[in-house]
Amino acid sequence: MKKLVLAAILAMSAVAHAQVEVSDVWVRATVPQQRATGVFMNLTAKQDARLVAAESPAADVVEVHEMKMEGEVMKMRAIDALPLPAGQAVALKPGGYHVMLIDLKAQVKEGDVVPVTLVIENAAGQQERIELQAPARPLATPAGGGAMQHRHGQR
Amino acid sequence: MPASSTFSALLRGLVAALGAILLAACGQQGPSFNATDITGARFGSDFSLTDPDGRTRTLADFRGKAVMVFFGFTQCPDICPSALIRAAEVRQMLGADGERLQVIFVSVDPERDTPEVLREYTAAFGADFLGLYTDVEETRRVADEFRIFYRKVPTGGSYTMDHTATSYVYDPAGKLRLAVGYQQDAASVAADLKTLLQSFPAH
Ligand SMILES: [Cu+2]
Repeated sequence: MKKLVLAAILAMSAVAHAQVEVSDVWVRATVPQQRATGVFMNLTAKQDARLVAAESPAADVVEVHEMKMEGEVMKMRAIDALPLPAGQAVALKPGGYHVMLIDLKAQVKEGDVVPVTLVIENAAGQQERIELQAPARPLATPAGGGAMQHRHGQR
Repeated sequence: MPASSTFSALLRGLVAALGAILLAACGQQGPSFNATDITGARFGSDFSLTDPDGRTRTLADFRGKAVMVFFGFTQCPDICPSALIRAAEVRQMLGADGERLQVIFVSVDPERDTPEVLREYTAAFGADFLGLYTDVEETRRVADEFRIFYRKVPTGGSYTMDHTATSYVYDPAGKLRLAVGYQQDAASVAADLKTLLQSFPAH
């Protein structure tokens, strides 16, 4: 219960920071034995910056990924850095960018809170670390990030 | 190609041509869909795959239902959940007819998509969604048959998969009818399914 309340507060409040504002961070919950998932959020840099890395104790490997469609083929690739132009909201969302958690150490259950650290580099090459707590939303969370509509007459 | 299937293909072509002439003469068209109409496609006529309980499943098991098939992998953070969420929304939008839609997720990553993962994964989107798989070689053969591209791409000491995100729809008589692009929204997919189900009244 405590976890849930914490998750709710985190989900609602934007994490203000000197260089980059992070809002609406969440991680997609997994089923047992599923070894990978994505973390999503909105980033707005106050001055030109780049997201150069991400870390998390929840997974052995953490990468910044871009998902692209080439025709009907989905391709997902690690990128070296995600540009964060000053004042522009950059969305990490399904269908675009995400922080990929690979080789998860445990199942991410709905309501869990997963710590994620972003490494941001400004134009001068200075690095800054932003600590986030990503609440886990259901596996079946659509691109908008909201909960899937209630389905009556099922289950 | 055996002579009989060449003959039946010719016959199908002839029937389709005749049908088109008749329809044109009446100033009418067959049902029109938002998705790509692939009625008469020369591929994907059937499959034989294993369900999480170890049973062999073929298209005949779902006769009387429209069948929507999507190829993906469960370690996919993005397009696979989106496709299955859309399928769940379509099923809901169909109302009572939702019972007449079977959603099938075929793994292109059988090395990691164990029966247990497949079962839990599909259930997270719909209680009766079915995850099917086969061995590595057969997966390639089935995907080729369905014109589904996929390949492993190494990343972070592990791998991800590039893959085609198209969903296929069979009608309740087991004929391949539609190729649904990943971008088509739930409402227009539901409209297509409604059109399709209407020509096969429930008994
Ligand atoms: Cu990824």
